[in-house]
Amino acid sequence: MTGTMDQIFVLLQHWLTGFLPAAWQGPARVVLSVAVIVGLFPALFALTTVFERKGLGRIQNRIGPNRTGWLGILQPVADGIKSLTKEDIVPLSADGAVHFLAPVVLVVAVFMGFAVLPMGRKMVLVEMDAGLLFFFAMGASTELSVFMAGWSSRNKYSLLGAMRAVAQMISYEVPLLMSSVAVVMITGSLSLTRIVEAQDQYTWGFPHWYIFTPWGFAGFVMYAIAATAETNRSPFDLPEGESELVAGYHTEYSGFKFALFFLGEYLAMFSISGLGTTLFLGGWSAPFSWLGWIPSWIWFFSKLMLSIFVFIWLRGTLPRLRQDQLMNFAWKFVLPMTLLNLMVAALWRFLGEGWERWVICSAILVLAYVAMGRAGMHREHFGPRRYRYAE
Amino acid sequence: MSIAFYLIAALTLAGGLAAVLLKNTVHCALALTVAFAGLALLFLELDAQFAGFAQILVYIGAVAILVVFAILLTRGSETPKDGVYSRNWLAGLFIAAAVFAVLGWAVLQSAGGLPQGAVAAPTVTVLQIGNALVSRYVLPLEIVALLLTAAMIGAVIVAMHEKERQK
Repeated sequence: MTGTMDQIFVLLQHWLTGFLPAAWQGPARVVLSVAVIVGLFPALFALTTVFERKGLGRIQNRIGPNRTGWLGILQPVADGIKSLTKEDIVPLSADGAVHFLAPVVLVVAVFMGFAVLPMGRKMVLVEMDAGLLFFFAMGASTELSVFMAGWSSRNKYSLLGAMRAVAQMISYEVPLLMSSVAVVMITGSLSLTRIVEAQDQYTWGFPHWYIFTPWGFAGFVMYAIAATAETNRSPFDLPEGESELVAGYHTEYSGFKFALFFLGEYLAMFSISGLGTTLFLGGWSAPFSWLGWIPSWIWFFSKLMLSIFVFIWLRGTLPRLRQDQLMNFAWKFVLPMTLLNLMVAALWRFLGEGWERWVICSAILVLAYVAMGRAGMHREHFGPRRYRYAE
Repeated sequence: MSIAFYLIAALTLAGGLAAVLLKNTVHCALALTVAFAGLALLFLELDAQFAGFAQILVYIGAVAILVVFAILLTRGSETPKDGVYSRNWLAGLFIAAAVFAVLGWAVLQSAGGLPQGAVAAPTVTVLQIGNALVSRYVLPLEIVALLLTAAMIGAVIVAMHEKERQK
């Protein structure tokens, strides 16, 4: 019974395609899986917008949307109808073709990333040998669409927002990749399925998730920081800081194109959380061995939604960074730490089983963290603030 | 030669031609990206996963961005009035034809060395590429790494020098 529930979607897929002639079954399965992904994640996005607005409202001592449907649950439907019926305004001097292509390229590139994420036991669209590489290649393609949107709008706010976004995404892509490479080094594979399987083991009922190792914990923290920056979420939301740049690179978009940008942003958040879950939080594996009877896909999506909740929590709690702080943090703190983390992961691999590696690896990481924090604070001069231009 | 090959080849050629012929510099850069993507697809069509994804990651994710940044930060994206075509296009045409001839000659020469008849395509995994890179080809890899580091330090020094002079 547990096995049936675990594989329910795979079995459903096989049952549905079973009605077709044998030659069509293979393509039909792929089309069905793609349709499910293309339908499921926007639905999750709709739910998340309500969840986020309600959660932010709670954090800011408001109630949040509660007029449409029961407790505001129909709010995304209303928003969708609104954005579909709104006029699509393209600025007169905008570059028509590029302006139109930008949101399409963004959404397509973001959707591609889901193809390699294992969402449950044997539930992955494409079983790819170089899955992680594919994911990052698709993630890198979104940067250009952001640039296209900002440049084609012929608006200084759009262009500034796009330049900020691209600079930020390039800066934080390096730590994002580097923190993931540590996982690849330990697993010895770029296949995401293999990475999850390596973590799906238990000692005394506790899982072998990579977050429970010194290098894995450090890597996960770095990954989370870089992922927040990569998805332009607060506190790294300078590219669309509404108090500075109106809305950044999508200032000149309205109607459904704006909705596409919104969708792309949230889908990027889902896919990068899904990858973080896969790399460090054990993907679809259960947190305790005695909970193994709960279907694997429930675990994957619970972890995914938990990460989304943390994203929303951070957005409601932290103030926005300044541009120089953002860049200094990426290049002077996160990048050196991820490089050190690679060394520590290699050390972990070759020290062999035993308690020594726990002590040595933790000590190196903690010492480096404290030393770099001290050195960074030493250079800052805290005191009465001096205004360079306003005095 | 499958139909996919012809489609991808047409896309790549169209991107390359557009990169040369379009008037707006940013449009050229974007067209060049299309050509890069076409090349990546060609690699993937040949089952070279690593080369294809690395092509996307490096060329679309970094080189294209670098190109558009350079265009925007230097002269601005406005099209110059006197056209974008170089005056000494004849010399350019000659050099391009020479390079193409050398490449074509090299490709045609190597065709003779191929095994005759139908041979099963070798399957190369990323794992094998990685192992080869750190065992047999470790020296070239290290030299490339050294070269890139030197280039990066040089770029930083050039940028720093400007800043010092301004003070």
